[in-house]
Order: sequence, then C-alpha cells, then structure tokens
Amino acid sequence: MESLSVFGGAAVLAAETAEGIAHASGWFLENAWLVPAFPALSFLVILFFGKRFPKGGSEVGIAAVALSFVFAVAAGIQWIGQINSAGEGTAVDAVTSTWTWWVNGGVEFSIGTLVDGLAVVLMFVVTTVSLLVHVYSTDYVAGDRRYTHFFAFLSLFTAAMLFFVLSENTLQMIVGWELVGVCSFVLIGHWWEEKPNSDAALKAFFTNRVGDIGLLIGVAVLFFAADQTFSVLEINKMAVSGEITHLALLVGGCALLAAVMSKSGQFFLHTWLPDAMAGPTPVSALIHAATMVVAGVYLIARLYGVFFEGFSIAGSSVNLLAIVGGLTTLVGASLAFVQRDIKKVLAYSTISQLGYMVLALGVGAWTAAVFHLFTHAFFKACLFLGSGSVSHAVHSFDMKSDMGGLRKWMPHTYKTFVIASLALAGIPPLAGFWSKDEILAGTGGWGLVGGTGGNGAYLVMLIMGMATAALTAAYMTRCVYLTFFGEFRGHGTPHESGPRIVVPLWILAVLAVVAGWLNLPKGFQLVPESWTTRFEHYVESSADYFPSIAHAKPSWTLAIVSTAIALGGIAVAARYYFGRVRAESPRATEVGRGWTKRSRLAAAGHTLLAKKYYLDHLYTGIIAGGVKGPIARAAYKFNQEGIDRVVNAAGERSVKAGHVVYDIIDQKVVDGVVNSSGVAPHMAGEEMRKMQTGKVQSYAGIVFVAAALLALVFIVFI
Amino acid sequence: MYVSQFAVLAAVLFSMGVYGILVRRNGILVLMSVELILNSVNINLVAFGALRDTISGEVFALFVITVAAAEVGVGLAIVLMIYRNRRSVDLSEMDLMKG
Repeated sequence: MESLSVFGGAAVLAAETAEGIAHASGWFLENAWLVPAFPALSFLVILFFGKRFPKGGSEVGIAAVALSFVFAVAAGIQWIGQINSAGEGTAVDAVTSTWTWWVNGGVEFSIGTLVDGLAVVLMFVVTTVSLLVHVYSTDYVAGDRRYTHFFAFLSLFTAAMLFFVLSENTLQMIVGWELVGVCSFVLIGHWWEEKPNSDAALKAFFTNRVGDIGLLIGVAVLFFAADQTFSVLEINKMAVSGEITHLALLVGGCALLAAVMSKSGQFFLHTWLPDAMAGPTPVSALIHAATMVVAGVYLIARLYGVFFEGFSIAGSSVNLLAIVGGLTTLVGASLAFVQRDIKKVLAYSTISQLGYMVLALGVGAWTAAVFHLFTHAFFKACLFLGSGSVSHAVHSFDMKSDMGGLRKWMPHTYKTFVIASLALAGIPPLAGFWSKDEILAGTGGWGLVGGTGGNGAYLVMLIMGMATAALTAAYMTRCVYLTFFGEFRGHGTPHESGPRIVVPLWILAVLAVVAGWLNLPKGFQLVPESWTTRFEHYVESSADYFPSIAHAKPSWTLAIVSTAIALGGIAVAARYYFGRVRAESPRATEVGRGWTKRSRLAAAGHTLLAKKYYLDHLYTGIIAGGVKGPIARAAYKFNQEGIDRVVNAAGERSVKAGHVVYDIIDQKVVDGVVNSSGVAPHMAGEEMRKMQTGKVQSYAGIVFVAAALLALVFIVFI
Repeated sequence: MYVSQFAVLAAVLFSMGVYGILVRRNGILVLMSVELILNSVNINLVAFGALRDTISGEVFALFVITVAAAEVGVGLAIVLMIYRNRRSVDLSEMDLMKG
C-alpha cells in the first residue's frame, strides 16, 4: 500500500499491540438494543390499539421515536467520552453484546448489537429524521384513510432500520435489510387503491429482490471464507489481516455490490426509486432519502475490510465500486433535468448523491462517504419535506403545470428549500460543500486540484464527481425557479403550511447549514486545530477490524475549483431560467424554440433522458416480457394439449370400463350367482313340500318311528 | 304269574293301538286306538307296581286314566266340530295343511 500515510501506519501499529486497543463500555452503548426496541414495541401497540388513542396512535409513535432519539444521543455522548478518554494512538474497540439463539454443528447463530462510531452516527441520523418525519406526518397525512396504519409502519420501519444498523452479524443484517424492504413496500403502496401506487410498490420490492440474491450469495461466501462465522467484526478482522483469500473477498464483495445496487439505487438497478415517489412525501423523505437507501452504503461501510481488500481499493486507479458510483452520479444528475414532478427531481438527485457515497467508498474515502451520508440525510429530507409542504398548498407535484411564484405565499418553505438546495449544490459554508469536497479530495487525482495523499489515483472519478457537481447545481436551480419563481400557474391561492410542517423544515435547514462544520478538513487554517476532523476522529475506527486507509488532504485549489464549478452550474441554469424563460413570459416553464426543437440530436438526447435510458423498457418489456411470454404460451399449450388430453382420455376410458362392468360383470356374473343361490333352495323346497301331506296319520307315523329309534338308542346303547 | 305275561299283553295292546292310529280312517276309531295305547301303558304300570310291591304304579295309572278321560273329552269335541264342518270324519280327506 504505497499511499499509506503516517496516520494510517500509526493506527496499524496501535491495532497490533494488545495494549493499544481500549475496550469501550457504557450503559447506553451496551444496551443499545433498546433503541430499536422502543419503535418495535410502538409498532405493536399502534397496530393493535392505535385506533383507541385520541390522536390515532401517532402520539405513541412520536413518543417511542423520541425516546429512541434520546437514547441514541446518550449513546453518542458516551461513545465520544470513550474516545476522549482513550487518548491519541489508542484504538477503541466496538461495544458488542450478543445473545446466542442456537448452536448447530459448531456454528453459532446469534443476535446482538455492535456499537461503534458508525453505528452511533446512523442511529442519530435515523432517529432524528424519523422524529421530524413523525411530527411532520401528523399534519401531512391527517384525515387519511389509513392514518393509524401509516404510523404503525413508520414505527416498524424505524425499528427495522435501527435493528439493521446495530447488527452484530451478517444474518441479522439480512433480516434488517428485508424488513426495511417490506416496510418500504407497505409505505410506498400506502394508497394502493390507485393502481400506479401498488405497481410502484411492487416494482420497488421486486427490484430489491433481484439485488437480494447478491446479498444472500455474498453472506454465504463470506461465511465460508471467514471460517464459518457470521460475525461482522470477525469477518472484517480476517479480511484486514489477510486470512481470507483475495478471490473470496472479491466474489463476496461483488455479490454484496449487487445488493447495494438495488437497495441504494445505483445504476442500473435504480429504476424503482423514482417510481417510489408514489408514496406519501414523509415516506419519501424518511425512507428514500435519508435512511433506507443508505442501507447499502452502510453495508459497504460496515464490511469495509472486505471491500477495501477485495476490490484492491488502495493503489488502484479504477475499481468496480468506484465505477458504479461514478456512473450513478452522472445518470442520476442527467435524468433530473427532464422531470416535471418535483419529487422525481429529488429522487434522481438522491440517486446521484448515493452514487457519490458509493464512489467515495470506492476510492477509499470512508469517512467522506459516511459524512456525506450524514449531511445528505438532513438537506435531502429538508428538500423532500419542503416539496410536501408545497404539494399541500397546490395539491400537486407537477412543477410545470401547477407551481410557480410560490415564494410570495410560502416564505418559510421557500427559504428552507433554497438553503437545502444550496447545501446540496455544495456551496460553502453549507454542509454539502464540506462532505462533497472531502469525496473529491479522496479520489486522489491530480495533486494540484484533487488534494494529496489519497488511496489511489482515481482521476476519472474526480472528473465524474466534478461534472455531477455542476449538473446538481444546475438542476436544483431549475427546480427552484419552476417552483418558487415566475408566475403562479395553478389554481386557487396557496398558503404556507402549519407549524408542524414548518418547524421540522427549519430544524433540518439549520442542520443542513451546521452539520458540515463537524468535519472541517485537517490543516484548515481558519479554525483552531482541535476543531478539525471531529467527525472522523469519533466515527472512523482505528481498531483491528477496520482497514488502514489513507486520508487525503483537500487543498485550497480544490475547494475554489469545486465552488466555482457549482456556481457555474447555478449561473448557467439561472441564465436560462431567470433570463431567457422569464423573458418569454412569467408563466413560461421553458423556452419556446429551444435546443430540442432546433436540433434532431438534442431532441433524441431529450427522448433518451425522458425514457430513462430505456431501462424500464429493458426490464419490463424485454426481460420480463421475454421470459413470461414464452412461459405463458408454453404453459397454455401444455394445459390444453397435454393435461386436457390426459384428462379427457381418462374420462373416456372410465366410461368404457363402466359399460363392461355393467353388462358383463354385473348383469351376467353377479346376477347369475345371486339368482342361482335362490334357485337351489327353491328346488329343495319343492321336494320337501311333499313331506307335508296334511294328514295327521302320516305325521303320527313319523312320531312313532322317531320314538322307536330313540328307544332303541337309549335302551340298547345307553 | 310272571310279569312278562303282563308286559307282553301290554306290548300287544300297544302295537294294536299304534296300528289303529296309523291305519284307521275314521277319526273316532283313531281316538279309540289312543285309548288302547293308554290302557296298555296302564297295564304295564300296575304290573310293575305289583312286582315292586309299591303303590306308585297304581297311583300313576290313576293319573293316566284321568288324563285320558280329559283328553278324550277334548278329542271328541274336536271330532264333533270336524263332522259339523265337513260332514265326514274320514281323516284321509283332512289335508288342508297339505303343501
């Protein structure tokens, strides 16, 4: 590993010496199982008793998630305390607590929690966003046909996601993974009476199922490669120390990558995410922005030893993980430009940002990925909840036909939306800038622009990342213009939403501003040294289950160039929308004779984007249709000609057999026997009739003969 | 006086009575034959009673005589009814139970 930095080397040394590892402890860390237990309990309570509560069960859900939030924050404070007391150069081991369910053949199946910095961060993110979404939902889905059911499944989702995040072994991760998939299905199809919604739910579930094949194969491969253990810590330790062969790690990593592609919306299994916007907006904010879709990213981050060694991330200039991530960023960003529906813009934006996270993991910038997960959760949730607030006002999600000029009537929504958009675009000093910059630095591209000291030389990924940054800024500007500027194109008079919607928006907007300051880069001259890389210090582990990765240092050049690119994206989009489109008419949403009308190539490009790169056509039409069509025809043919022929022949043969049985056996044989059994006694009776003469004297004769015989017997013989 | 003389006499009377029952066509004659049989039995009883020097032979014979009397009363009543209904007492014609 030629790019091993001194910091990484120290961590390796610390990990190898026994006294260099401190074991963490703390009540909230050891009892972290309580954090998913509260929402799980509230799920059951709401499901069975929810309708009896005055607020329809929502107060139970909010109370449970609030309690989990408190416990998660307490666990975080304890963890920070543990890291602080361990001091520099000492690695802090994760807190595990397991309960053995059953043992078979030397293999232990257990269930337990694993708490370290990563788990603490995810717990915080999930509980925070879930709590805000719960409060938001009390206003958003008020009066809904299945209000209580909605809250029950929000609770179940929160419990399942926390369960997944705290998983101690890979089997538990599978359970949590599937559970969040089921919750996603239920919540997307919340209004399943309308067919498009249930179709979207099914599409989400089935696409995830395709990836889950990879999950099962990956877990099985790692189980056998790691000497028959499911424990995450064990697998990581063995991967890092080289006890697992590289081939096994590569195969396992590729299989798990398939699962990540479906769950975290990576290209080409991302097609379910935009359709999932059919669900209620709080669901989109919670599940398809902040938490469930990052389950795949978390999986990679959790099993990073496997991926880092398996894909040979250190010292390469391209690897599968990075390519998938990079392609996803570009695909997501490009598709966001042609959407009319505000939620679909945000969905493709989520796909693009998830691509960033996977890209970061692919180039070895682990902390950057987790940090981006952290900041993205806040500003994306803010954007989604903002779009929900807008939809409440105009009763539609279609930007082109029903929105426009809303900043007059919805000031809070407008301001928070703009703040979150700027954070997403990566404008300093908002949160997205810091996390995105760290990712770009981590690619370890040119030392001039990319920063120094990365794990490899991922130049292509750097270019992809920068291009996407420009595109991100541009499509968000388009989105903001179409929604908030110009003249209102809808009906009625929109009004700002109530406090239960606006307050969570502001909380998230504030987080979108300040969350980035948790991980200011090392060597940032404007703040004291002790304020930098706080996130990395507390979250990234240096224990023996974590590979030693190099940390890149971003340079001022990189910061200026990426900001310039983002501003450039905004400028281009602003010139188009605020300039030319507004010049045409305040109500216009696009330029009359634009590019796509003047050039056939541009129009073809637009069609390609509008048809989502024809992927849906490939999956539904070609692959699914190509499989089910011939199968259906073959089954029909088998049924009509095969099965029916057999059944009909069986019927005809039975009829013939019936005739034989009747005519021959019944009529002739059986009746003959029965009849003859009557004929014999008849004839015997005819003969015996002759004895009955009716004459007394003949009867008397018989009596005397019998008496004589008896006398003979009794006197002579006896 | 040997007891065998009485036994033979009773046997002869018995067989005459049996012959009469089986062969005679007249109903009244059949009844008379039945009486003959009964009386032959009486002779046997008395003779062997005398032989054994016990009175039970005579007592039993007394019973037989009584029963015979009763039976003849009933029998004659039946024959009378048959004559009233069929104008004849020829037993060979009484074959209603034939078959």
